[in-house]
Amino acid sequence: MTYTFLQNYWWVLVSLLGGLLVALMFVQGANLHLGNKKLDKDQKRLLLNATGRKWELTFTTLVTFGGAFFASFPLFYSTSFGGAYWVWVLLLVTFVFQAVSYEFQHKKGNLLGAKGFRIALMVNGFLAPFLVGTAVGTFFTGSDFTVDKAAIADPSSPVISVWGSGWHGLEALAQPHAVLLGLSLVGLTFLLGALYVLQYVDNGGIRKRMHESINRFSIPFVIVFVAWLVLLILRNGYAVDADGTVVVQQYKYLDNLLQMPAVLAMLVVGVGLIIWGLVQGAQIESHRGFWPAAGGTVFVVMAVFFLAGFNNTAYYPSTADLQSSLTIRNSSSSYFTLQVMSWVSLLIPFVVAYIAYAWHAMDRKKISMDEIEGPGNKY
Amino acid sequence: MDVVIWSRLQFAMTAAYHWLFVPLTLGLALVMAVMETLYVVKKDDFWRKTAQFWMKVFAINFAVGIATGIILEFEFGTNWSNYSWFVGDMFGAPLAIEGILAFFMEATFFAVMFFGWDKVSKRFHLASTWLTGIGATISAYWILVANGWMQNPVGTTFNPDTVRSEMASALAFWEVISNPVAVSKFFHSVTSGWVTGGVFVVAVSGWYLLKGRETQFAKKSMLIGAIVGLVGSAAVMLSGDSSGVHAAEFQPMKLAAAEGLENGGRRAPFSIVPGVKIPGMLSILATHDLDGFVPGINDILNGYTDNDGNVIPSVAEKMEKGRKALDALAVYRELRESDPDSAAVARAILDENVQYMGYGHLEKPEDVVPPVGVVFWSFRFMIGLGMLMALMLLLALWFVWKDKLENKRWFFIAALCCIPLVYICGQCGWIVAEVGRQPWTIQGLLPVNVAISSLSAGAVKTTFFLFLAIFALFLFIEIRIMLGAIRKGPQITED
Repeated sequence: MTYTFLQNYWWVLVSLLGGLLVALMFVQGANLHLGNKKLDKDQKRLLLNATGRKWELTFTTLVTFGGAFFASFPLFYSTSFGGAYWVWVLLLVTFVFQAVSYEFQHKKGNLLGAKGFRIALMVNGFLAPFLVGTAVGTFFTGSDFTVDKAAIADPSSPVISVWGSGWHGLEALAQPHAVLLGLSLVGLTFLLGALYVLQYVDNGGIRKRMHESINRFSIPFVIVFVAWLVLLILRNGYAVDADGTVVVQQYKYLDNLLQMPAVLAMLVVGVGLIIWGLVQGAQIESHRGFWPAAGGTVFVVMAVFFLAGFNNTAYYPSTADLQSSLTIRNSSSSYFTLQVMSWVSLLIPFVVAYIAYAWHAMDRKKISMDEIEGPGNKY
Repeated sequence: MDVVIWSRLQFAMTAAYHWLFVPLTLGLALVMAVMETLYVVKKDDFWRKTAQFWMKVFAINFAVGIATGIILEFEFGTNWSNYSWFVGDMFGAPLAIEGILAFFMEATFFAVMFFGWDKVSKRFHLASTWLTGIGATISAYWILVANGWMQNPVGTTFNPDTVRSEMASALAFWEVISNPVAVSKFFHSVTSGWVTGGVFVVAVSGWYLLKGRETQFAKKSMLIGAIVGLVGSAAVMLSGDSSGVHAAEFQPMKLAAAEGLENGGRRAPFSIVPGVKIPGMLSILATHDLDGFVPGINDILNGYTDNDGNVIPSVAEKMEKGRKALDALAVYRELRESDPDSAAVARAILDENVQYMGYGHLEKPEDVVPPVGVVFWSFRFMIGLGMLMALMLLLALWFVWKDKLENKRWFFIAALCCIPLVYICGQCGWIVAEVGRQPWTIQGLLPVNVAISSLSAGAVKTTFFLFLAIFALFLFIEIRIMLGAIRKGPQITED
């Protein structure tokens, strides 16, 4: 195994984890439906319990995604997390509230009341995909930072990665292109949430509302995402020369799409699957739209990561100093670390298999009001 | 206060808060797994209901534990950016493996355990309960591999081209995961969780007996809690002994601070409290030899010869070598492309002094001395309270075993008092481990003032108070909800 192969392999794995994370954010998307005024109190509780047995999977995928990035591309972790401080802290706070909201929401003595925790879930439902999407959007728009590894030898100013903007990441909100990706993710996870509920919740009232949401929001989502995609292929990109020099190149991402037909195919298939899932969800009798749309989401997110990092592209460009931009080559872990982790990664299919088995065992029977009113554990 | 202090405070607060929830998770996981096993083996519905009650308590605690764990992971990057790059090559791997191997196991099987009673078979459910606990335990192992490496950085070398510690070979990973410091820390931490779980179950059971409620449930829970807690206590003592030996070998300053030992020597005494000493005991504990040399704070500052005859330089000498290493690193990086010959000379100087590179960032030798009073007293509270917990658990076992729990009001109250004490005990343990190794994030290589992110003190101060408010809120709610669940009780109809 060459170093280049291992670096690429880990970019693929990080992309896959990113794709799974976004797909599993159906939990966040479904929780946004808690704000639907047409759902009554019991239906909201049913909805909450439907996502309540899956939220830890999303949360764990987020932790593993972060851990995998830290392990395989530590310079991204140190530069982005230490620099875009407020974005990551905000994301963190919403996830922390989400983690306790299920358990605390309907318990006596919870201080904030059921409504308080429901609002926390909805805030997380919006901000989590929005911030993750906007942060990934900066893979294409660039961020204001410098990297100087020699700085560590200077006791008076030893920090290697320095963020230029005092907004520490929030300045990305002024980048319309990055924000469009954030909004796309909000729309996508909202729709995935509706599709999940359609497939796994047995309640006519809720199903009706989910169909309504899918019918109402699918087209706006597609418009926002296509707008992001069109702007992407029209914009300048950050290319890496053979000697590692980063240069601005016109239509770089369009070139990437055309020069990597497999990625183009992934994108097309992914978008096709999402649309197919949504069409399924729009039909009143259908309840099988979730898996095609979730699978399509994984494909699309992976394609986006591939466009950002492969084909000699700087995936985390610096607008302050082009040569500080992060590439798969200059930001990865060492050969030996990637090698060891690659052996460990062979266990991933085993992990996926037991998750699939447990998922199947738990969701064999759709969740219904009878279960919520029964004696078993519930949120 | 500057950004370094605020960053340290924030991380310390998050870690200490996280450790309020993890030990109970580890301990209760074992307790309820044993109970559910009894249910499956004996086919007695009493054990199912008993296990289900403790699972409810477990779930309340588990949520906050998870929530605070992710903050720690993120804070490595957000507040310790230089650290993340410097150690990412080594530190990230255990973290990623923890995610892949442990977190998914915990998350997947927790859902089956909590919601799956009527959805999966008895055996699958039992397996899920065990796997939830095993997942939490494996998770503890990997994070302690990372922590152990920070205390004793084995298996890596500094690469001046990338400016970080890198895995020296694929085989070096074995050195990292079998690091003796990590192994003893793992056993010490996990089994201290069993003690916490045991004390908690005994105390809550005692409360029911005090109230004359749920008698059968309380007695049987107390028996299992006491056994789990006592097994934990024995293992904590054994692993504590090896932790002491490792501290003497790899972090002598931590041991000297924990003992308040200004001047060391052979037949060094163990100080129970100031003024009360057992002659020679420290040498025995630290080196397993009455005549073993244990360096004091001044010995470490001024230099000494260790038990293997190695001459350990003074801190001032280490600082000088460290500065040479830093200067050589700067020259090497500047000239490596334009003047390879001069760069090679700088590289040789760097290689010669690299083991002291972290010392080059210190301002004065005394910077290597951690806050002695804090470490000294934390050490004493940890040991004293740990022994008190073992005594309480022993009494609980004795009383249950001999069926002498009637009219033991004093014991039930004492057991309840042990709940805060067992948490103080665990916190003190981590204070010894982490405050005792200051100023290092990585022993000898990277002091805290170099490990930080480029943030303003105001930004970190803001997030410190934000997290403080969130933590206080969650703790308050968690305690209220848990007390509510306990007051409601398992509601088992007794004969």
